[in-house]
Amino acid sequence: MTISRRRFLGTSAALAGGSFVIGFTLRAVAQDTPGAVTDKDSPFNAWIHVKPDSSTELVLAQSEMGQGVWTSLPMLLAEEADLDWERVSVVQSEFSLGTGGSGSVRSNYLPLRRAGAQVRASMIAAAARAWKVPESECTTSKSQVLHTATGRKLTYGELVPQACKLPCPDAKSMKLKDPAQFTLIGTARPHLDIPDKCTGAARFGLDVRLPGMVYAVIARCPTFGGTPAKFDAKKALAVPGVLQVFEVPARGHRVYTAGGVAVVAKSTWAAMQGRKALEITWNYGPSHGETSETLRTQMKEALAKAPAWTSDPKGDDLDSLPAEKRVEALYEFPFLAHATMEPMNMTIHLRDGKCEVWAPSQGAEAMRKVVSEELKMAETDITVHTTFMGGGFGRRYTYDFPTEAAQIAQHVSTPVQLVWTREDDMTHDYYRPAGMRRMRAALDAQGNVVGWSDHLADVPISAFWSAPGEYKVDGEELPPPIPYPVPHVRSAFTPITSAVPRAWWRSVENSFNGFGVECFIDELAHAAGQDPYQFRKRLLQMPPIPQAKAAGEDRTPPDPKRLVTVLDLVAEKGGWGTPLGPNRGRGIACTTTYAYIAEVAEVTVENENIRVDRLVMAIDCGQVVNPNGARSQLEGGMLFALSAALKEAITIRDGGAEQQNFDDYSVLRMPEAPALETYFVESHDDPHGLGEAAIWLTGPAIANAVFAAAGKRLRRMPLRMDEKAV
Amino acid sequence: MPQYTLQVNGQSRTVDADGEMPLLWVLRDLLQYTGTKYGCGIGMCGACTVHVNGKAERSCLTPVSAAAGQKIVTIEGLGQDTLHAAQKAWIAEQVPQCGYCQSGQIMSAAALLATTPHPTDAQIDDAMAGNICRCATYFRIRKAIHRAAQEVAS
Repeated sequence: MTISRRRFLGTSAALAGGSFVIGFTLRAVAQDTPGAVTDKDSPFNAWIHVKPDSSTELVLAQSEMGQGVWTSLPMLLAEEADLDWERVSVVQSEFSLGTGGSGSVRSNYLPLRRAGAQVRASMIAAAARAWKVPESECTTSKSQVLHTATGRKLTYGELVPQACKLPCPDAKSMKLKDPAQFTLIGTARPHLDIPDKCTGAARFGLDVRLPGMVYAVIARCPTFGGTPAKFDAKKALAVPGVLQVFEVPARGHRVYTAGGVAVVAKSTWAAMQGRKALEITWNYGPSHGETSETLRTQMKEALAKAPAWTSDPKGDDLDSLPAEKRVEALYEFPFLAHATMEPMNMTIHLRDGKCEVWAPSQGAEAMRKVVSEELKMAETDITVHTTFMGGGFGRRYTYDFPTEAAQIAQHVSTPVQLVWTREDDMTHDYYRPAGMRRMRAALDAQGNVVGWSDHLADVPISAFWSAPGEYKVDGEELPPPIPYPVPHVRSAFTPITSAVPRAWWRSVENSFNGFGVECFIDELAHAAGQDPYQFRKRLLQMPPIPQAKAAGEDRTPPDPKRLVTVLDLVAEKGGWGTPLGPNRGRGIACTTTYAYIAEVAEVTVENENIRVDRLVMAIDCGQVVNPNGARSQLEGGMLFALSAALKEAITIRDGGAEQQNFDDYSVLRMPEAPALETYFVESHDDPHGLGEAAIWLTGPAIANAVFAAAGKRLRRMPLRMDEKAV
Repeated sequence: MPQYTLQVNGQSRTVDADGEMPLLWVLRDLLQYTGTKYGCGIGMCGACTVHVNGKAERSCLTPVSAAAGQKIVTIEGLGQDTLHAAQKAWIAEQVPQCGYCQSGQIMSAAALLATTPHPTDAQIDDAMAGNICRCATYFRIRKAIHRAAQEVAS
């Protein structure tokens, strides 16, 4: 499917290939991309095609990586357009917006509905004209306009030629349905991409096959920042099938690639064998001495000193606050790998001054820019096809694999597929940061939290992406304001310097901030001698105390009542307070990050082993668009976070990642996957994003349950019963 | 380069390949059966699972020399005329998210159901422990296997 974007310049409704087309603009999402995503040819980045047979196609700029946008987004459109849902399909546009930050549904709830309403209004206008009746007498249903008084009807397909002749109605003036009128939004719909994913027909990045295509792998230095000092290609070139060997230089900040020696061959296997036969002497570079232990020592030292940044430089001195009890705890979290099931890859073909790219990418428009910079070629000469992605989780936002592919393409005349092996993927990821935090609090005699101090020391993401000397310390890595009313709050941050590449990992900082906040609240409940559920509820029902907004925080303050509602619901569904038997325990956690969410974990601790038996989640995320997909995101998110909480860690030795593959980087497997329950609070507020929603509180709910089961407070992820004090 | 003749999804296919080349890459790069996925190359993730003479095998660890002459079925050949019960159940339970590992998951489940038509949860754990799903769709995979078992029974 190719659509010329120029064709739609200056008009939003047009006839293209016999279809009625409306162009509109969908919004990109939270994450920063290098350079603003702008479309120079057209103000639009998404299109609806109503075809003469009444089938409707949505050309979508969002990438599908398992989060269900290929279904939830067309549902928004079909609802307002009154389309026959059975005849709606999705096509990936030739470029894509940044897809992440749990933003696709949240950001496009209104734009897509407005576009759908434009389709409906256009069809009604066309039918009213044909019948010479007032538009107000026309209704719509299943891609048809009906004139009830006379029983006449016309399909949208039949109306296409007339609709194209009429002026396109203004998107902003469209009256949208009241949620009570919804017939599609809020109903569970099968995902449109699932059947092909059950037959092997779905095409991922690594599945791109082109005539004459060759395959490339790159030998990268095991040390971050290391480069090849010299290499001998003779033995590699002797491997049957190996075609070429050449160096690809490292690139600096913003794109950051490791650089190394590329081996091009007739098959992936031959390229891998050729790489094994390479003889390379590495220049390990300045970070060769870095280890997890050296980083931990720096973190501990930083937390014993005054922070580099605080929310309140004058400082609320916790020690001078009158208090009944003071509590202090140190929490720790490791580097994590994304470990998407499909390793990084990209297929590229450079010929006749044009470039074509097949990218499993969360932001093809950014990829195009990166490739254009590497090739010194105009962006308009580069076409990017977004493929399905075997997992994203933030990893496919980054620019290393497209840069490398562009470097390789300059040496190869045929299409070439750059393949990262699992070992490449594990040892050259951009990792979730590692860090420690020192939490302190003061409680009064009633068990109210009068003071709260959170000092985080980690290796910040933004420092890695800043040019040398440009990094400014701020509170970006810190959590949003806690939902509990505390009169004296102090947030503090100290950055730790490291050569380990890092970037966004599903929910970014929330993946570790939730652990500190919700475990520490649990510790305070126990210090106050109160039930952890009742303690949270009681605090949330106290008069709120406004807090300073965290850096980058633009939302309106959350409503504590809505959080109490989900907390009560999860306590009821999770059987809070009912007996569980020996070695078993429940933990609870809640948050207003992403949505109003509460979770109960049930665990068994036996023979120093933690088993999670059941996870129950209650959520108020506004209007649920597709309950099937929403549940799927929460289920997957809970287990993704469970995997991190119990199993995953990247450790650093000699300036590189120690873990190589799924044998030493353990992730959750079937026998460890518990029963899951999810409960939605009915709401018609604008929807919240769900891709990252479950990550914040699953880890702390489990750690709190371990304390309930075994009486031991674990403060270091991944959680181990033999944990020594940090 | 030696020649090997493979029986893939009921068809006879001949390839020129190094005898050590894993079946995975023969299928993907030489025969264009891209439904079988690469995930780890060391038999730890199960994304490359195919059936060799009806048994679930990791194609990344199966040299083409050992696969020659054996009856190989990939995800593309599992339900050639009508979908396999596991595929139908996967769709009914809406299992896949990103979908990348699901070829391997379905092949492992189909092999389990062939020998154990009514697997218990413990048998599912045993048979599926070698297949990683990073989107963590395990809860729905378990439900889909039970559903497929019921369908086979009825």
